[in-house]
Amino acid sequence: MTDEASLNLFQQQELNRRRTTWLLAVFVLFFAWLGFGGDYIYALYTAHGPPAAQHHVWWFGFLMLAVGAGLAAYAYRTGPEKVLWATGAEEVVDPVDDKQKQLVNVVEEMAIAAGVPRPRIWLVPDDDPNAFATGTDPQHAHVAVTQGLLDLCSRDELQAVVGHELGHVKNLDVRLMTTLAALVGAVVLMRDGTNRIFWSRGSGGGSRKKGDLGPLVLVLLVVWILSWILAPIITQLLAVAVSRKREYLADAMGAQFTRNPLALASALQKIEAADMPTTHIKSGAAHMCIADPLGRRLTAREGLLADVLATHPPMAKRVAILKGMGYAQLKKEGGVATP
Amino acid sequence: MPSWILLIVLAAAALWIISAYNGLVSLKNQTLNAFRQIDVQLKRRHDLIPNLVNAVRGAMNFEKGTLEAVIQARNQAVTVNAAGPAAVKQISRAENALSGALSRLMVVVEQYPQLKATGNIGQLQEELTSTENKVAFARQLYNDTATQYNTKQQQFPTALVAGLAKAQPADLWEIEDKAERDVPQVDLGLTPVPPLRIAERGSGGEAK
Repeated sequence: MTDEASLNLFQQQELNRRRTTWLLAVFVLFFAWLGFGGDYIYALYTAHGPPAAQHHVWWFGFLMLAVGAGLAAYAYRTGPEKVLWATGAEEVVDPVDDKQKQLVNVVEEMAIAAGVPRPRIWLVPDDDPNAFATGTDPQHAHVAVTQGLLDLCSRDELQAVVGHELGHVKNLDVRLMTTLAALVGAVVLMRDGTNRIFWSRGSGGGSRKKGDLGPLVLVLLVVWILSWILAPIITQLLAVAVSRKREYLADAMGAQFTRNPLALASALQKIEAADMPTTHIKSGAAHMCIADPLGRRLTAREGLLADVLATHPPMAKRVAILKGMGYAQLKKEGGVATP
Repeated sequence: MPSWILLIVLAAAALWIISAYNGLVSLKNQTLNAFRQIDVQLKRRHDLIPNLVNAVRGAMNFEKGTLEAVIQARNQAVTVNAAGPAAVKQISRAENALSGALSRLMVVVEQYPQLKATGNIGQLQEELTSTENKVAFARQLYNDTATQYNTKQQQFPTALVAGLAKAQPADLWEIEDKAERDVPQVDLGLTPVPPLRIAERGSGGEAK
């Protein structure tokens, strides 16, 4: 995790592939822990009872392992669809107006510049300007922009934003981030489901005698229950940690594709200025967007709190870096900077 | 004695040669592929131009010269393009001439708001912008890939296997001539827009 920006494209892709595999493996292992841990605690709990009542077959562990593996496979396979579905995006197949035609053209242009196949194009019916990319690899990629972005940005700015998104596609950020979004979704869903089960059980079976519970069992039980509760929070923190550094890199790649860093800078400024939350994009997919869709003020600065909680780097810093690139370029070409 | 050391060194050398060779071949194919991309986009552009010319011809009797230049440059480009990848230099020269002629035409169109208002010029303009961008980006990708390929085959130690991989420096797509991008002079036979803007744009040349 040292200096990620210094890696070349193939190393970036490899890193993202490996991290996706790790993410899926940890997810499945976590489910196995929940399952077998529960079994183990139950086995200890019943160890002193009559043999017939003892817990021998660890069916709960195997069940959870199967559920975890199934969920992971399902999340990986259908991640892009789920993300697009969750944002209410509609695919642009036949552009209906000039703006949509322009979007299609711009995406085609950027796909050529990036040297990737043309991704499928989606439009999110939301007035706040934002954009994201999803997919498992460049051959199966999707780029989505909001109606607000389409209305607000000039052609050059739209191109810059799409270039940024194709940067994510090309270095396989999309694979990691989409898988993560799908897993976060699965965990949150699971939490909601199990909360209901826990509460209904908790009220009914609370009167059991607990005298024969050893301290080890108690500790295990606490840890186990804690991991049920903490799982959603941990996955969301993971989403945060994984996404922030990537934005700088995608900005740089987008600028490399368009050779126009100033357009991206001005697009980011416009997006930042229109600071209302993107209502169609829920927190599960927040880390995938070009700018934080929740409109959180955390992204306004860097610091410990922001480091822990913000999904996006401070906008001012991104703009400053891009402007630096732009002016360096203008100077090289012997032009005059027009702020 | 330490024959196994020799064996390891030989095996490592062989592995390195294989990977360097494969790297060069892969870059060569990427370069060829990038060139084909340009070709696809150039064809698109050549097909689009007749539409554009037809759309503006009626309204632009007064700009015959600009229009003619576009048609001529286009036909020239189509002829040269048939030569294939071997003639990168000639193709790029012809295409650059076409780019120049086209941008001059688009500036002229800009000067006549009523021309833009009639018919589908606006859409054609977007199409043309996009096609021009696609050509430019395909060219950019080709130049980047070719530069990478050229650098790799000249750098030590990969240069040692360049002969083995039959690596030849790829020609870069020439950068446009600056003069060609200069703002064209507009024939003011009709003076359709406030002359102020034309005066601004046409500074530095002999406006008739």
